[in-house]
Amino acid sequence: MKIHLTSVFVEDQAKALHFYTEILGFVKKHDVPVGERDRWLTVVSPDEPDGTELLLEPAGHPAVKAYRDALVEDGIPLAQFAVDDVRAEYERLRGLGVHFTQEPLEMGPVTTAVLDDTCGNLIQIATQPR
Amino acid sequence: MADDLFKALADRTRRTILDELAEKSGQTLFEICSRLSMKHRLGISRQAVSQHLAVLEAAGLVETRREGRYKFHELNTAPLRQITERWLVPDTMPDTSAPEESTP
Repeated sequence: MKIHLTSVFVEDQAKALHFYTEILGFVKKHDVPVGERDRWLTVVSPDEPDGTELLLEPAGHPAVKAYRDALVEDGIPLAQFAVDDVRAEYERLRGLGVHFTQEPLEMGPVTTAVLDDTCGNLIQIATQPR
Repeated sequence: MADDLFKALADRTRRTILDELAEKSGQTLFEICSRLSMKHRLGISRQAVSQHLAVLEAAGLVETRREGRYKFHELNTAPLRQITERWLVPDTMPDTSAPEESTP
């Protein structure tokens, strides 16, 4: 068994696609219309085009808002992405106007930072020790 | 108020939380929990950390700030001044006393 797909709920799929590709640097993989407005919209890392897909899932279900708002208030990230250098990525993303709720911080063996994906989620970036 | 202050300071975990907020004021609950767990190896639940923060907040040592959808915890050391004003021996010597003391 392996992780093939994981998801984040997003308020606006077009806006999310922009943020996850143009800002974070992922690449669109699948974009299939489903239902009236929704799309099956996934992105992948440019380094691993056949790797795990991230589904940008519509946040329409009534339970989503309460769930995500509670996590955001406590600062809990919904997903974690690996980067080579958290500090460099932090500077790059801040330069693009990304808002961080946690600056780069060494947490024992890992360095992490937490950013707002502008679609309703907090996302953690992390550098693992080599 | 003073009782709340001393009660808040009497716990080691709460002092550690204050240490971390002194290092960087303005942290989310998640960041505080992460610091306690990863830096201090304190395996305490989020609920417990929340309760510790509530005690610190009641004592006026921690204040929360909302920024849009986020909630940040800030350190406020003003209540500690009560302690120093209450017991600290006032400086009776003028500033010029320092060089004189160091002279044999």
